[in-house]
Amino acid sequence: MADHSWRVKFMGLILFIVAGIVAWVAAIEPNRNTCPNQGDHKMNPTFKRIARAVAGALLALGLAAPVAAQDDPFHVGFVYVGPVGDYGWTWTHDQGRQAVEEAYGDKVHTTYVESVPEGADAERVMTQMILNGADMIFTTSFGYMDATNNVAARFPDVVFEHATGYRRDHPNVATYSARFYEGRAVMGHIAGHMTESNIVGYIASHPIPEVIRGINAAYLHAAQVNPDVEFRIVWVYTWFDPAVEADAAQALVDAGADVVLQHTDSTAPMTVLAEAGAYGFGQASDMLQFAPAPRISAILDQWSAYYVRRVGEAMEGTWEQADTWDGISAGMVGIGKMTDAIPPEVRASAMALLDSIASGEYHPFTGPINTQDGQVWLTAGETPEDGPLAGMEFYVEGIDAEIPN
Amino acid sequence: MIDPVTLIVALIGASTPILLAAIGELVVEKSGVLNLGVEGMMIIGAICGFMTAVNIGFSWSGFVAGAAGGAILSVVFAFLTQFLLSNQVATGLALTLFGLGLAALLGEAYSGISPPLTPDLFPQTLQEGSAISSIIFGHDPVIYLSLGLVAAVWYVLQHTRAGLILRAVGENHDAAHALGYRVVRIRCLAIIFGGACAGLGGAYLSLVRVPSWTEGMTAGAGWIALAIVVFASWRPWRALLGAYLFGGIAALQLRLQASDITVPVVLLDMSPYIVTIVVLVLMSSNRVRATLNAPAALGKVFHASG
Amino acid sequence: MLRLEKRPAPARGWIIGAPILAVLLTMVAGGLMFALLGKDPAESIRVIFWDPLFDDRFAGFSRPQLLVKAGPLILIAIGLSLGFRAGIWNIGAEGQYIIGAICGAGFGLAFFPSENPLIFPGMIIAGALGGWAWAMIPAILRTRFRTNEILVSLLLVYVAEAILATAATGFLRNPDGAGFPGSRNLARHPGTDNPEIFAGTGVHWGVMTAFIAVIAACVLLNRHILGYQIKLAGQAPRAARFAGVNAARLIILCLGISGAVAGMAGLFEVAGPAGQISIDFNSGYGFTAIIVAFLGRLHPVGILLAGLLMALTFIGGELAQLMLGVPAPAIQAFQGMLLFFLLALDVLSNYQVRIGYRTAA
Repeated sequence: MADHSWRVKFMGLILFIVAGIVAWVAAIEPNRNTCPNQGDHKMNPTFKRIARAVAGALLALGLAAPVAAQDDPFHVGFVYVGPVGDYGWTWTHDQGRQAVEEAYGDKVHTTYVESVPEGADAERVMTQMILNGADMIFTTSFGYMDATNNVAARFPDVVFEHATGYRRDHPNVATYSARFYEGRAVMGHIAGHMTESNIVGYIASHPIPEVIRGINAAYLHAAQVNPDVEFRIVWVYTWFDPAVEADAAQALVDAGADVVLQHTDSTAPMTVLAEAGAYGFGQASDMLQFAPAPRISAILDQWSAYYVRRVGEAMEGTWEQADTWDGISAGMVGIGKMTDAIPPEVRASAMALLDSIASGEYHPFTGPINTQDGQVWLTAGETPEDGPLAGMEFYVEGIDAEIPN
Repeated sequence: MIDPVTLIVALIGASTPILLAAIGELVVEKSGVLNLGVEGMMIIGAICGFMTAVNIGFSWSGFVAGAAGGAILSVVFAFLTQFLLSNQVATGLALTLFGLGLAALLGEAYSGISPPLTPDLFPQTLQEGSAISSIIFGHDPVIYLSLGLVAAVWYVLQHTRAGLILRAVGENHDAAHALGYRVVRIRCLAIIFGGACAGLGGAYLSLVRVPSWTEGMTAGAGWIALAIVVFASWRPWRALLGAYLFGGIAALQLRLQASDITVPVVLLDMSPYIVTIVVLVLMSSNRVRATLNAPAALGKVFHASG
Repeated sequence: MLRLEKRPAPARGWIIGAPILAVLLTMVAGGLMFALLGKDPAESIRVIFWDPLFDDRFAGFSRPQLLVKAGPLILIAIGLSLGFRAGIWNIGAEGQYIIGAICGAGFGLAFFPSENPLIFPGMIIAGALGGWAWAMIPAILRTRFRTNEILVSLLLVYVAEAILATAATGFLRNPDGAGFPGSRNLARHPGTDNPEIFAGTGVHWGVMTAFIAVIAACVLLNRHILGYQIKLAGQAPRAARFAGVNAARLIILCLGISGAVAGMAGLFEVAGPAGQISIDFNSGYGFTAIIVAFLGRLHPVGILLAGLLMALTFIGGELAQLMLGVPAPAIQAFQGMLLFFLLALDVLSNYQVRIGYRTAA
């Protein structure tokens, strides 16, 4: 305990290291205005000058020559929330990316980063993509909404396409989403016909408008053809956990469900359904390996057409901010092949429903529809505005369950 | 309402991957080694088993390959911790990172394929007799194997010389070394056994439970297995109890959601974890002395200085 | 035959040399893997290790980001290292991080839209208290009921995740968010944001706190009686008891400190870089910090450097993905390899490699 001097030196060393790191970081003038998400209202110029001087003295590492590396091909970046091998949500977006490559060949260059957590990491990945020369960025998860808008504010020359969000704070941000509820209406129609126990199971992920809207659409169209139908909903609080999804399917089967819809990505429920002789629907990807049964049809996410069109517009300079919410008619939502396990007359009526939705003749939410507590939501013949529909957070009348929270 | 028979059948299936991994890790920890790489070994087992079963077309080959895959990955851990004396906690976590990455690379071409089926051990006629017979006979061979493993581990640890030596190594490696036991060799064998069990659990996941391959499909099962070992206070039968309790609550909460009983879903969702904690608290406060029987040398580095 | 001989004191040269050698070996092994994947090995290594620091396109942005990414890792790891040194196993920092973020954000949002300058300090305290309270559950169960803290702290992570999902879709949901999940954005509101202290450096209050924590931990471990007790309890539990170390108090303190610190890290993240509470707000910092703690040999300065190195591989890994198309799993495996080499070569600083058989027992 006597020797104090080394400790003093030691503390000095730590302080030196810390100061060195900070100074070195501050030494580089951010090129293309790349300060992280915070504004500059807390800037301290004196410190910065000192820091730069210290750093310059420490090491001559200031390599601050801004380089504007302009690649010849149009550079499109994709930020994915899951792995491209998930065979679900992210996989479908990557199919879209590949379609872009196919459509434009050498004229485009696409890159992607997978499994990017929402929040700070997303913002960094987008910025790095731009520093690497990206001209256009697709951010494919709702949770990237604020990050996308933050980055867009700093890079007005880059265009952003954000999936499933609603904020377009800057003219270079567009949002897009798919009217999956149209597909779910068709699935519900088939399910209502196919169930013999009159119990339809539903594996739900998180209690958010997208999922709730899907449940409502499916229920309304199942009840339309089968007034006795009852929905049993299991929330698994995950988008992807094959074992839990399988357990949920088993629980639903054991509760008497003979048709199960899923709003989670894995194929695990299919195996359970196959064993139980029940029916299910592919989700995100087609899950054709389970056809003709238990997979009797599928709801497909098809981003390719939209991606190819928007990239084309951006290349030609005709890209404009938009809020796209496309469904079956534009091909953004697809219905997988209906198998022979479905009786021909049901297939015919499902196709008729599909066609009427595709042509715009019929809206899956057409009044009269009451909310769960019996209040009138839509009067006869009325269809909802997109705004309230997008934020739907109630069950329609007839669903005997409560939304968690 | 909830049918207890289907619940029990479901919970046994749901618990088996965790049970397999836990019983392996239990042996590892009994030898005084803490391997936090269970998740990584499980997922390597899942992909190795899946690839093999798909290519050979025979599910049994998949289970063997899964166990082998887990064992091979555990050799990396054994080498680092036993010969290069690296820190076990950090090496285990690194093993998980490495395993998750490697499995995803290996499995790139295997998404969206169905593996060959694993038939039940007993014929259908035997299963359909009554509720009891469907609980007893209605499973695939790996489930019986997992129960056999629990019994075997219990027997070996409690009633054989080999078990005694293993426990001695885990309690006090210096004393065991002084008695002439090969501490490093015994621990390596235990680690490899643990890796094989975790790999088998992973293969069960990809070949029976799910069954298909997707990146990251273990989704935290390895961590639950680690918790189960602690829950069991390093006793094999209690590991069985813990795994079935956890799997049972998980299966039950989904059934409660699917039934017409209304219980807040959020509470149900966190119930397996809370119930496990509460049960452990109850058990540990009743028997004050007995519960903290963690192997004394757990996680400590052994180096024969002699 | 090779054998190891314990050094009387760690070799100074190898303490610095071993990590450098480990990084070099990782470059070789990782390069081999990248080559197998059909990527240019030299370029991959350059993109991961060099470009985030020195490439003129990226460095200006990536260097501050290095601190942003490393900050929470270092902060959490410092807290954990105290407990780990004393043999107290908190592996649920992820849960404490989540609860800290929820409590801190909840405090800030309760006063919305006030811009009172006291709100942010209040949020920090609320975050720390949240993480502390969450860590007190395993601590009290351990001291009162002798329930193993590994299990309780780990399982509470899942409970915290469930609470997070409920918060994001329920009680903390943005009332102006049209029914969509996620809280208000804290970083965009002057009263609740965790700003950059020095513009362009990435140093927000969380990073600053991490640096302070490094220094505080050094002081604590070297100069304070508690640090002495922690070290003693870890190295010789029996001796510690004889020396009058109160084991229960130590458990409460160590878990409490690590929980509070993890909670603060969560708050700084949610109010700064992440911006809002969302369903998947947590991104594994609590678990990665365990690696950082041990990689840094539980030493404050080691943790500082280990945190920066981990952050570098994350950022470099992203660059490798977007520039060279290296798949994310390859980056993960690469990180695993790097850790393997770092941990394995640690042996060189503590042991001497001798060739030949042991002469006498």
